[in-house]
Amino acid sequence: MIGHTVSTLRPDLAEIASWIEPGARVLDLGCGDGSLIDFLQRAKGCSGYGVEIADERVIACARRGVDVIQRDIEAGLDMFAGSRFDVVVLSMAIQATQHTERVLREMSQIGAECIVSFPNFGHWTHTVALLRGRMPISQEMPYRWYNTPNLHLSTPADFEDLLATLGLLVTRRSFMAQGRAIHFMPGSRSTQAIYRFRSR
Amino acid sequence: MPASVGVVTPKRLRFEAPLALTSGASIADYELVYETYGELNAARSNAVLVCHALNASHHVAGVTQDDPNDVGWWDNMVGPGKPLDTSRFFVVGVNNLGSCFGSTGPMSINRATGKPYGPDFPVVTVEDWVHAQARLADALGIERFAAVMGGSLGGMQALAWSMLYPARLSHCIAIATAPKLSAQNIAFNEVARRAIVTDPDFHEGRFYDHGTVPARGLQVARMIGHITYLSDDVMAEKFGRTLRRHAHDTALRSDYQFTFDVEFEIESYLRYQGEKFSKYFDANTYLLITRALDYFDPARDHGGNLAAAMAPAQCDFLLASFSTDWRFAPDRTREIVAALLANRLRVSYAEIDAPHGHDAFLLDDPRYHALLAAYFDRIAAGIGPKTLA
Repeated sequence: MIGHTVSTLRPDLAEIASWIEPGARVLDLGCGDGSLIDFLQRAKGCSGYGVEIADERVIACARRGVDVIQRDIEAGLDMFAGSRFDVVVLSMAIQATQHTERVLREMSQIGAECIVSFPNFGHWTHTVALLRGRMPISQEMPYRWYNTPNLHLSTPADFEDLLATLGLLVTRRSFMAQGRAIHFMPGSRSTQAIYRFRSR
Repeated sequence: MPASVGVVTPKRLRFEAPLALTSGASIADYELVYETYGELNAARSNAVLVCHALNASHHVAGVTQDDPNDVGWWDNMVGPGKPLDTSRFFVVGVNNLGSCFGSTGPMSINRATGKPYGPDFPVVTVEDWVHAQARLADALGIERFAAVMGGSLGGMQALAWSMLYPARLSHCIAIATAPKLSAQNIAFNEVARRAIVTDPDFHEGRFYDHGTVPARGLQVARMIGHITYLSDDVMAEKFGRTLRRHAHDTALRSDYQFTFDVEFEIESYLRYQGEKFSKYFDANTYLLITRALDYFDPARDHGGNLAAAMAPAQCDFLLASFSTDWRFAPDRTREIVAALLANRLRVSYAEIDAPHGHDAFLLDDPRYHALLAAYFDRIAAGIGPKTLA
């Protein structure tokens, strides 16, 4: 079995991985096929678990030797209440959560630090689409208005407002488009935003 | 293509040293019947112990010499090319103390009296079974199991192994199990026991001396047990309210008989299961094993704190539950997962959406078996020649 290298990780996951200290204990919510934990275990000596709801992804995690807990993160993180993690990750899934505030609050209670990535609804192409009278469709949000799982789309500014409301402190932020970092006018030029935050 | 382990022959081992039991009693000497499949490797590192539940035995896989229809109770899980692949693992199935399939139990002759133990057989616990299994492992030269595995009551034994002999297993696989019985679980067990002990043929457990079998009590016990193994949905789908078709009927009956004879298919099915069971299962064993279930509660000595009880555990864990299992519901397994997470142990947990209720752990749901196969790959990688640093 060939492990993931940084170059084969999804770009936002590679960026997230670069923020995580070697040896950290990590919880990856909505971990998909477990590629982030797999990489962190192999390359950085981290330990941790993925949390995933879909059967086929749970099996994919087991196949690559990643410990996975099958659970709907919306049903609550009670099982983890007695545990503490160095980092809790939620990548490209916050926009599909129903109880978004609760998820963020629970993450901050079990993780010393939390990392969340999400599609930036404020990307200029979305603005153009709306000006043309159409709902935006992009690589990060490839759905039609009627079949999208995304309930809670936001811009980086919106997200930062919510973190402030919840009393959570941003410790690092990064913006990307096409897998590359965006430094200039990220609010309209980035397609993905990544935030690290913790309780105050 | 998965195959069977073929014809298997049970083995028997006598233990002369007394075994001290949780109750304070002890068994002077005893025999355990077991089966093995596959080959123990030179490093003795590929052994997997499979623990049985209430009515099963050491006959986990393959068929017996005299009866090609006597297929092991977990034959879909254990064999060449199956999730627990006997071409790479050495699998041990053992009949527990107090059971009625060959190991010392109530039907055995008590050497002190020259008569069957009957009701004098001491009450045994899950932990007692584990200690007896550990002695069998000693005798087989197995210092450490690659995995100890079980479903339901068998899962409780696997969990007990992780706490009692933490250095003697690398992985614990516990399926459709619970950290302790609920009041409802105990209630069902008690109804089953009352059915047995109030049967006039029970004779205070000395029915062997009277040449009787409390068959009616056993039948009712099995019927109530069986109801708890199935989900409401699967019963509705399998039987619904369909009326029993009698031998002389040419078409499905649609009219009631207005009697108390078997009217519905479900009644016929439960009676059949009960009768079958009463012909092969010992009533005293049923009492003993349901009591072992009732008593299992490792957190009890730790003020109800399961995480504290599981603190000695060192192995990696795989737990699985089934969505429609209301006997040992997913919530019960989540309690175990939470305790293991709190102890920073490696744990995987799958909640399989299957319609079959508690029985699902014995069936071959493809997702369930794919998960187990993947996990056994991981276990095999850990015992094979190390290729990764």
